[in-house]
Amino acid sequence: MEKRVVFRSAWLPYALVAPQIAITIVFFFWPAVQAGWYSFQLQDAFGERTQFVGLANFAALFNDSNYLHSFRITAVFSLLVAGSGIAISLLLAAMADRVVRGALAYRALLIWPYAVAPAVAGVLWLFLFAPSIGIVTFALRSLGIHWDWVLQGDQAMLLVVIAATWKQISYNFLFFLAGLQSIPRSLIEAAAIDGAGPGRRFWTIVFPLLSPTAFFLLVVNVVYAFFDTFGVIDATTQGGPAGATQILVYKVYYDGVKAADLGGSSAQSVILMAIVIALTVVQFRYIERKVQY
Amino acid sequence: MKFKLIAAAAAAGLLASAAQAQTEIQWWHSMTGANNTGVNELAAKFNASQSEYKVVPVFKGSYPESMTAAIAAFRAGNPPHILQVFEVGTATMMSAKGAIVPVAKVMADAKEKFNPKEYLPTVTGYYSDPKGNLLSYPFNSSTVVFYVNKDAFKKAGLDPEKAPKTWKEFVAAAEKLKASGQECVYTTGWPAWMHIENFSAWHNVPIGTKQNGMAGLDTEFRINSPLHVRHVAMLADMAKKGLFTYSGRRNEGEARFASGECAMMTSSTGAQGTIRRTAKFDWSVNFIPYHDDVKGAPQNSIIGGASLWVMAKKPAKDYRGVAKFFSFLSSPEIQMYWHTFTGYVPITTAAYELTKKSGFYDKNPGAELAVKQLTNKPPTANSKGLRFGNYVQGREVIEEEMEAVFAGKKDAKTAMNDAVKRGNDILRKFEAANK
Repeated sequence: MEKRVVFRSAWLPYALVAPQIAITIVFFFWPAVQAGWYSFQLQDAFGERTQFVGLANFAALFNDSNYLHSFRITAVFSLLVAGSGIAISLLLAAMADRVVRGALAYRALLIWPYAVAPAVAGVLWLFLFAPSIGIVTFALRSLGIHWDWVLQGDQAMLLVVIAATWKQISYNFLFFLAGLQSIPRSLIEAAAIDGAGPGRRFWTIVFPLLSPTAFFLLVVNVVYAFFDTFGVIDATTQGGPAGATQILVYKVYYDGVKAADLGGSSAQSVILMAIVIALTVVQFRYIERKVQY
Repeated sequence: MKFKLIAAAAAAGLLASAAQAQTEIQWWHSMTGANNTGVNELAAKFNASQSEYKVVPVFKGSYPESMTAAIAAFRAGNPPHILQVFEVGTATMMSAKGAIVPVAKVMADAKEKFNPKEYLPTVTGYYSDPKGNLLSYPFNSSTVVFYVNKDAFKKAGLDPEKAPKTWKEFVAAAEKLKASGQECVYTTGWPAWMHIENFSAWHNVPIGTKQNGMAGLDTEFRINSPLHVRHVAMLADMAKKGLFTYSGRRNEGEARFASGECAMMTSSTGAQGTIRRTAKFDWSVNFIPYHDDVKGAPQNSIIGGASLWVMAKKPAKDYRGVAKFFSFLSSPEIQMYWHTFTGYVPITTAAYELTKKSGFYDKNPGAELAVKQLTNKPPTANSKGLRFGNYVQGREVIEEEMEAVFAGKKDAKTAMNDAVKRGNDILRKFEAANK
């Protein structure tokens, strides 16, 4: 029996997808093509003189040891943000799922940070961790820890990772919680009757059933860490100290928007785009195989 | 009858539109807080002084943001008349020959009286072409000065009336302050502006070739000279000994001085307002220290802040209004108002004299000190300013390398060599883009 719904009209399906296609073209493909075009050009800030320079912008980037260094920074940053973001929110969702009383209040509170703009989140953490006036700094100092992220690159990295992760936890939490709630209770109860403890029940039943959600979140979080975090960085470390938090997307933003170097910035964004496309392909080809839908 | 009514209405309409035919002058700026109030006040005063033109100040975000907005507006064919650009954007603006109109030309075309000799040479020199023609109007200029917490000096057994004059004295005082239990001895705002740019001018050594980039785009950085390396190494050594606390690339250090956490600070003259409001201790403003074994030091310090650029592609009659507005801004009374209200330095000698006569400096000696430091000696090729292409990126490179030294990750020599190499790459790219 044919289960698919078939459109009888010749134009209706196209009309229905047209708005989405139009938005994608205008806001995604068009800028991407433009960035590609600009990346082969050398232009002054006001766009009065434009030269076609071929791959010179790319060559300049790969000759710059600091740019190569920021690949490593980006890898560390993305891994930490995506990894800890997913792990923490999974833990929180598993906990919130078990809460009987006041569950709604817990959930609402956990979802809250998502409503905060990245820049605001950055400023918030900036004040908490400020080298001279921050509350956390004060607490750390009383514990004998020398907290000074203005000069210590590792501490600066920790700060931006915390700020960026904190913002994303709510989003992840929401999906995990929904995923958890769609798991039939009877499965878990049956396992419990068979004598499986909470840990075993989680890893053998809950986690595999959550894998589609986890996979989806992995893709989303990696994209988030690569693209959406420049607001956090801009509000806190601005890529410093000595480039320790200079992730690729922040440099794209800084060079393009603040320094008016359109060619260099476009070349970087083309490279960044290539990386994320490659990563997504890898994720779909290799990790998705392990996912059970 | 009906016809008459219509004619009367039409005539009334014509009259009304004649009254509205004031030419609007758009002015994009980045002034916040009290300075924003000052900007609005200046525009209101000018608008009240005549009826032909109306200056409309619009806040467009931080310096880089308003510049980006103006670039986008220019590309779209609708730039503002006047744009406030920070000093590091000077080379970018000046190379955009089709996008700007030099202020000297605006004034000459409008036949407004304009004599560059009436202005402080260190201020106008920064914004003039090699022939001495003023390119942009020096609106808000500051410089870096040396702040001392007199109470902390007393506590450490130092003479609070005698701020260290040389870096040698400075280090000695820092050690005493540290010994007295001062947690943060010295910090700085704007590290590159203070310890590279002003440091070079103050010791009459070049920051770059071609008169610090003022005489040509084919300039190269020279900040890896033995003197520069020695100075950065000294700072790193102080950081290691706990005598110097790094606070960040902008003015983060100012709050630390104002709260009494740090006993000494070098930062912008613009910090005085905050310190005056918050400091619960006695403090003084002094000349920045110098190395006394360098011949000719101290020379003069250089300015920071921003200037007003006139954008191209506007109707000719609008430029007359812009010229009138600049004449208005240059008048001693207006200059004195802006200077005393904001703490930025006056740009004409007449305004300086007028402020002196008003007795303002007797109550605020720090305000005068900046002018004295800027005019300490007639500026040389090394001390009249700097103009490096895409210095937004260039200064960032210098700051990154300095941070690496202060954190103990690089030695001063390697870092300054790297700064020169990376900085020169940026300069070459800018040169190629603006050929």
